[in-house]
Amino acid sequence: MSFEVSKSGDVTLIEVEGQLIVGNRQELKQQVLEQLEDGDRKFVIDFAETGYIDSSGLGVLVSLSKKIREQGGELRLSSLNEDLRTLFELTKLDTLFRIADDKDQALEGF
Amino acid sequence: MIPLNDPLDRDLVLEIPTDIQSIEGAVDYVMSHCMTCVEHARRLNLNFRVGLTEALSNAMLYGNGRDPSKNVVVEVCVYAGSLRAKIRDQGMGFDPSSVPDPTLPENLARPCGRGLFLMRELLDEVWYNERGNEVTLVLRLEPAGTLEGGAQA
Repeated sequence: MSFEVSKSGDVTLIEVEGQLIVGNRQELKQQVLEQLEDGDRKFVIDFAETGYIDSSGLGVLVSLSKKIREQGGELRLSSLNEDLRTLFELTKLDTLFRIADDKDQALEGF
Repeated sequence: MIPLNDPLDRDLVLEIPTDIQSIEGAVDYVMSHCMTCVEHARRLNLNFRVGLTEALSNAMLYGNGRDPSKNVVVEVCVYAGSLRAKIRDQGMGFDPSSVPDPTLPENLARPCGRGLFLMRELLDEVWYNERGNEVTLVLRLEPAGTLEGGAQA
């Protein structure tokens, strides 16, 4: 997995490429926490290039969302493929996150 | 990752050292062994891949406690109408009934506890041995729409 970080106004956009799984989840977590420590509060994580997120990856997203909310911010997700949507629906995490069809929609009005 | 034997054309046994970095490669290897069932590609790619990944993660993280001197054994059998994977760790085992439902409102914001739930949701059968250190996963491969268990994909 790799990811690209960019800014769109005051929103931090993280585009993930590859699977977000137990073996690499800490890299993404560390990146977001560093941005949060630097003062960023609005985050979009885009999964257009991600085929699969395992339960550890889901757990990292839950954990990050909580930490960001505690700092008065928000984490939005975008571009989940059909399989990822199924995983979010099964675990009911679709009720915990704001999930946009694509990154542009996620950035709109953020 | 050591293929211990390959006694039948589509049966596979692997012994994998406890290393979470090796999970993705091990799952890819097993999936390549099973992908001859092309008509079931999505159920394999989502249901079976997720179940196997979660079982391996649980075995390494909780069963073997990340101890690199311990291994996980994976046995995969491909039958005409189903896939069966058995994942065994060297831990003390656990009681699967003690894992709370992660979809309950009070558990939704917890960062862990979804692996077993996903296995149960996505596979047609999931059972543990008495000790709790070996899980068997079954995915049936009958034509789509005829399955009773496991999320349709």
